[in-house]
Amino acid sequence: MSAPAPLIECRRASKRYDDTLAVDAVSFGLMPGEIVSILGESGCGKTTLLRLIAGFEAVNGGTISIRSEIASSETLHLPPERRDIGMVFQEYALFPHMSVAQNVAFGLHNASDVDRRRRAREALELVRLADLESRYPHELSGGQQQRVALARTLAPHPIAMLLDEPFSNLDAGLRHSLRLEVVEILRRENISAILVTHDREEAFAVADRAGVMVDGRLEQLGAPADLYRAPVNPAVARMVGDCDFLPGVARGSVAATAIGDLPFICHAAAIADGDALLVMTRPHDLRVTATSSGDCRVESLEFRGSETMAFVATPGGAIVRCVRRGYPNLATGATVEITRPSDNPFLAFPAE
Amino acid sequence: MVEISHIPNKFTAASLSAFSGRRLCLAKLPPTAVLLPALLVGAAMFLPALYLVIRGASASDQAWDLFFRVRTLETLGRTLLLTVCVTSLSAAIAVPFAWLTARSDLPLRRAWTVLLALPLVIPSFVGAFLYASALGPRGMLQSLLEAAFGVQRIPDFYGLAGATLVLTLLSYPYMFLTVRGAVANLDPATDESARSLGHGAWSAFFRVTLPQLNPSIAAGALLVALYTLSDFGAVSLMRYNTFTFTIYQQYQSSIDRSIAALLSFGLVALAIAILLMESYTRGRQRYYRTGAGSARRPRAAKLGGWKWAAIAAIIGTLALALALPAGVLAFWLVRGVSNGEPLLLLWTATQNSLIVSLAASVVTAAMAIAMATLLVRYPTRLNRVLESVSYTGYALPGVVVALALIFFGANYFRLLYQTHYLLIFAYAVLFFPVALGAVKASLLQISPRLEDAARSLGHSPLRVMLRITAPLMMPGVLMGGALVFLLTMKELPATLILGPLDFTTLATDVWSASAEAFFARAAAPALLLILMSSVPMTLLVLREKRALA
Repeated sequence: MSAPAPLIECRRASKRYDDTLAVDAVSFGLMPGEIVSILGESGCGKTTLLRLIAGFEAVNGGTISIRSEIASSETLHLPPERRDIGMVFQEYALFPHMSVAQNVAFGLHNASDVDRRRRAREALELVRLADLESRYPHELSGGQQQRVALARTLAPHPIAMLLDEPFSNLDAGLRHSLRLEVVEILRRENISAILVTHDREEAFAVADRAGVMVDGRLEQLGAPADLYRAPVNPAVARMVGDCDFLPGVARGSVAATAIGDLPFICHAAAIADGDALLVMTRPHDLRVTATSSGDCRVESLEFRGSETMAFVATPGGAIVRCVRRGYPNLATGATVEITRPSDNPFLAFPAE
Repeated sequence: MVEISHIPNKFTAASLSAFSGRRLCLAKLPPTAVLLPALLVGAAMFLPALYLVIRGASASDQAWDLFFRVRTLETLGRTLLLTVCVTSLSAAIAVPFAWLTARSDLPLRRAWTVLLALPLVIPSFVGAFLYASALGPRGMLQSLLEAAFGVQRIPDFYGLAGATLVLTLLSYPYMFLTVRGAVANLDPATDESARSLGHGAWSAFFRVTLPQLNPSIAAGALLVALYTLSDFGAVSLMRYNTFTFTIYQQYQSSIDRSIAALLSFGLVALAIAILLMESYTRGRQRYYRTGAGSARRPRAAKLGGWKWAAIAAIIGTLALALALPAGVLAFWLVRGVSNGEPLLLLWTATQNSLIVSLAASVVTAAMAIAMATLLVRYPTRLNRVLESVSYTGYALPGVVVALALIFFGANYFRLLYQTHYLLIFAYAVLFFPVALGAVKASLLQISPRLEDAARSLGHSPLRVMLRITAPLMMPGVLMGGALVFLLTMKELPATLILGPLDFTTLATDVWSASAEAFFARAAAPALLLILMSSVPMTLLVLREKRALA
């Protein structure tokens, strides 16, 4: 039995504006029922990737296929209205001159009036807004507007849904609860989706697979835990979690660094003795204790309630972050010693 | 099963790289339905300038001689003098009233705002004839004084004084509304920081608040100055020979049209100089709020005893700018009706006014939709040039546009010469910038994401245009159309020069009757004109209120 074909497949899809490659040879497939999130900083090309898939922009290279048929290539461009792919926009993009019901029914143009009304109502019930169907967009709160936008996209039963930073205009509490609700709806209705965000917690929480985009390239795509555990390069590592990099030199299975010899593993390349390395440290992997004999120094402290983050200067000058639970007896300028609480190896990358 | 639209080979990525430096993508080429009308509009806006160049190049030595005679310099001097007088007087009225109605604890501020803006609906030639009949020699004031005190003569009202008075009272509202908008939007925090940095109330006002109003004062002054420059009705009735009136006289009396064209050159140069001055005033400074956070609502300034002085000043202005013209108009209307002035004749003029104004507003709005779509949705370098060309209408007085179109009509488009079509075209060229401004503003507020969303919900570009873009753009289109209607109703010189033989509108009726001092005959068409201009004006005000609510 062969694996099911992807619903949407990008093969080296590229988009160039002037001299910059906004999307640089991105390849991946969205499988049926899957939710993929794309994590990246603003300007990394993640929104452009969505707009390429939706058909708002044409590719300059590579192809995008929908249900195994080519929709975008250098010479072909299927217009967005023929793609059957729904999109939820960051700014909602509700039609201000239409009521909620009219907005939701707008995509149901090939049905009878009765049918349209019924399906619009179903979609609104899905997002628990059926009682607001005669309101206008400006009469709704931000969260309600986003739920209407979701219902509008759901109503025509698209092949897949694209969500472009859908929660970024909401305040923190609402962002979290609406996220849970949206994921629950997508799972229940078995809808495949690609979600684009700059929020790593959001990217990890909703997705079966998460991808990291840097400068137009999809650097890594995989299960969120794998991404966190084994980022392929320092840029991905910085996107998926707080981390610092200490320069070091390989000596067998350990790396000699300013804070001593650290055991390491490197997935990115084969490492020989004497190779220069960058050893990745995460704040929770290091332990900081005040001692007059230490050769490190506390540069600054950030009190975060249940824990305190210390920014520590190592003898080589590199700064590493260490977290301490509670209210440690540390002061800015104090000499400290950095130790590691476990023998787990640190991730290292070859220094460029 | 899936249909695929084929893109011509010439737009493959290989050829795209040849366009490097310009953002050009497959999905974003403007459709012909947008590009073609927009290019035609650009060409049309270029005609008057082309005419001036052709005329200037082919002008005879005799014409140049006449042009360089002292009278041209005199005309320049008069025009400048009038413009400076009207603009500075308007500022003296508009700026204090703008502040009083926007920021003080003056009672009835909303009512005063509406009343102070109202003189806007009086066309300059109507205002001129009303003031002339009231304050001119053998006018109503003199008759009253004669009956009471036996006064035989009062100081001559015609000339600079009369023209300044009339134009100031009719054009200060442009500045009042512009400055008032800026005063209302002032962030009180800037004044408060000045105060906390040790400046007193007056020092803070002059060093922080007033400089922030400079751009709006300059913008208002620009409107008033251009209004004065291009005014024809008031200066001709006040017998004050500025450029517009001299050009018209030359056009009527001389066979050699090139003198009128050379004078037009001077007029347009003056208008452009004023436009440049305004943009120079704006300079590099930024006047919008820079930081985050929203502006607080300011507290109203307490006027104390000054309140009564302010009210007296406002009532005095309103008496002169509104009550006096209204009273005089009513007087002549009653006198006209009781003398049996033939009201029936008005029907033709009213019909003509309505037809050409409606046609002009529809044509101009349609042109503006095409141009605005091109400018906003397909920004390229070519389009920026088109945009600057579109706004040249601001610097083109009606007289100049009319002369240009007469020239091209008589020489190249004889079929259009002396027809309504050419007249409507002239209105469109004159008022296109106004319509474009309104339509463009409304299109700018429509996020392109709305169109994207509609496309991804399965609608074709045409249906998206009809169901989403057009309805959302409608307020701007209506506003632009209403403004063009209002301006066309009041337009005089182009109508006089370009209108078919024996073609009369309400405006030309008022002008010809009052030019011969038949004030009673001018009253009825003048009243009709004001009433009909008030309809779109009211519409605009009501729309704006709803938009604010």
